Amino acid sequence: MELVNAFKKGDWLTRSSAIVMGLGNILRKQFIKGILFLFTEAAFLFFMAAYGWQCLLALPGLGEKEQGEVWNETLGVYEYVQGDNSLLILLYGIAVLFICAAFICVWAGAVKSAYQAQVCIEKNKPVTTFAEDIKSLFDKNLHKLLLTLPVGGILIFTILPLIFMIAMAFTNYSKVNSHLVLFDWVGLENFRQMFDVSGTFGKTFWSVLGWTIVWAVFATGLNYILGMLLALLINRKGTKIKGFWRLIFILSIAIPQFVSLLVMRSMLSQDGIINVMLKNAGWIQKSLPFFSNVAWARITVIVVNLWIGIPYTMMQVTGILQNIPLELYEAAEVDGAGPVIRFFKITLPYMLFVTTPYLITTFTANINNFNIVYLLTKGDPVLSGNTAGKTDLLVTWLYKMTVDYQYYNLGAVIGIMTFVFLAIGSLLVYRRTKSYKDEEGFQ
Amino acid sequence: MKRKKKINNILVHLFLSVLAIIWVSPLFWIILTSFRAQKGAYTSSFFPKKYTFDNYIKLFTDTGILNFPRMFGNTLFIAICSCIISTFFVLSVAYCMSRLRFRLRKPMMNIAMILGLFPGFMAMIAVYYILKAVGLSEGSMIRVALILVYSGSSGIQFYIAKGFFDTIPKTIDEAAMLDGATKWQVFTKITIPLSKPIIVYTVLTTFIAPWVDFIFARVICRANADYYTVAIGLWQMLEKEYVDSWYTCFAAGAVCISIPIAVLFIFMQKCYNESMSGAVKG
Repeated sequence: MELVNAFKKGDWLTRSSAIVMGLGNILRKQFIKGILFLFTEAAFLFFMAAYGWQCLLALPGLGEKEQGEVWNETLGVYEYVQGDNSLLILLYGIAVLFICAAFICVWAGAVKSAYQAQVCIEKNKPVTTFAEDIKSLFDKNLHKLLLTLPVGGILIFTILPLIFMIAMAFTNYSKVNSHLVLFDWVGLENFRQMFDVSGTFGKTFWSVLGWTIVWAVFATGLNYILGMLLALLINRKGTKIKGFWRLIFILSIAIPQFVSLLVMRSMLSQDGIINVMLKNAGWIQKSLPFFSNVAWARITVIVVNLWIGIPYTMMQVTGILQNIPLELYEAAEVDGAGPVIRFFKITLPYMLFVTTPYLITTFTANINNFNIVYLLTKGDPVLSGNTAGKTDLLVTWLYKMTVDYQYYNLGAVIGIMTFVFLAIGSLLVYRRTKSYKDEEGFQ
Repeated sequence: MKRKKKINNILVHLFLSVLAIIWVSPLFWIILTSFRAQKGAYTSSFFPKKYTFDNYIKLFTDTGILNFPRMFGNTLFIAICSCIISTFFVLSVAYCMSRLRFRLRKPMMNIAMILGLFPGFMAMIAVYYILKAVGLSEGSMIRVALILVYSGSSGIQFYIAKGFFDTIPKTIDEAAMLDGATKWQVFTKITIPLSKPIIVYTVLTTFIAPWVDFIFARVICRANADYYTVAIGLWQMLEKEYVDSWYTCFAAGAVCISIPIAVLFIFMQKCYNESMSGAVKG
């Protein structure tokens, strides 16, 4: 709004600041500020002329020149000629777009600041000095001071890479037809391939998606209910040494997951200690197929996840459980409700009401639960000719597709689909819950 | 009635004990393995036949192929640096979102929530190329790269700290501002001193992250064994070519890392619970 005002009501000095940034500031005696703006503009123009422009121009075509050998007459040898690298062209192109966006923000700031100086002079107030500007960073504009670095970090390390990966989903960057150095835009082709049920990737995609949903529902639901029961058991009046029990159960999540899950993996393997002990006891003749049979492997993943999931729920709900009004229980007891009915009629609804955000976060975390599958089963069992194993989730499949198989474009499509699926899922769950519809239900 | 209660109590304790034994048995087993004299992954009994300290000695002295002390040093250095940067980032963002009012506040919070829905390491490969483009992917710069990866976008995890700052009564801030304090002074002289539990919690979470992550570390270190962190080192010990001679050392390393991390984790949970009950009681 202020920007529009600056153009509408600004005098020629303010308006010309839109072309020569900082002009208005310098001529109105805000020298340091004005020179800083001017310097930024000069630096930006130089950068764009020297590098930025080429990067942007190459973006639509993503480079054509192949790396090749050229005969050098004078030396009498073949020389390698550096070809285009589409990946770098794409990355630099997007980075330049980011820099342009940042520059537009600075530009808007410059125009506004010129207008502010104009207003100050019109009202016969002294224009703010540079020292005052710095001071305001610690008071009125504290958010600018505190947010610049963290937001910059997020832009560079989260948003820029994310846009880069999303862009990749629309290219043919994969080992197919050796497009690993030079690749092109292909539009929605990858998405078509992923949704096409008759194709190899389409089939894998839908089966992996199905298992991911089943997994997330079971992992979240079982951990939630069993964790709550455990917390209730520890919290009940008769239980002694409550702190000790809590400590014991927290141990399994206190140690790093790559330790606990790798240990589990070696214990459950074909010749692992569990199979050996069962054989020694004479209970089984052949090793139990914990990771080699589809059904066994899937159940193993869910059960092992209980080991590192229940304690989290227990910790989360312990405090909340103590907040449930005791009168509710007493009234129910008078009416003759047993412990099971009390759990399903009072505890569970109350907890669902209070902990819905926690449930959504856990569900999201489970969909994106890389560690449990990658460290425990590595996606096994893998049927031959498939890129994904039977316990692979969308995330681990994404990892395999990019790191192991070099289908970078399809990997990016999987990532985008995971996001879309999660966004829709959590939105639906959130809107259906009581805590959204009826905020005062339990108050 | 009283008798029934007693039986109930005994049953509950019995059940909890059985469950507790199942719960800690894998951990107990890894400790036993770390003291096992017989090498290799395969073993025929739960308890080792002979006990020894050699695995620990080998872990810390046999630095030819897998240099554990160096990995430990690397991880410690990275963890300390990234913990300082991240704590600063998280607290700054949380304070802005909780206390300051500016135009982009709501949009920023929504964007943070949306970003949380993307698979965390989807952008991993892109991050690698960005670091490579600015020359941080070779030599000792790998350490800097890892620090940046762990701390760079940490500002996005501000939600818990923001929730804590929200519980500090605004009247305290207002009183201070009436006395002429700037917002910066309110932040550093009032909010920070009142936020000990959440600061300790943030410090601990960010300190632990480099110790337990191995996805990013693997992508960024690649084959540069000199800059491996503990997590990749231990992972490496279970690869096919090392597993036979290094399995028991893996167990020893796992115990060495797990004990301090577990202590920190439990301490962190205590701080978390404390901070959930609010800043100013009364």
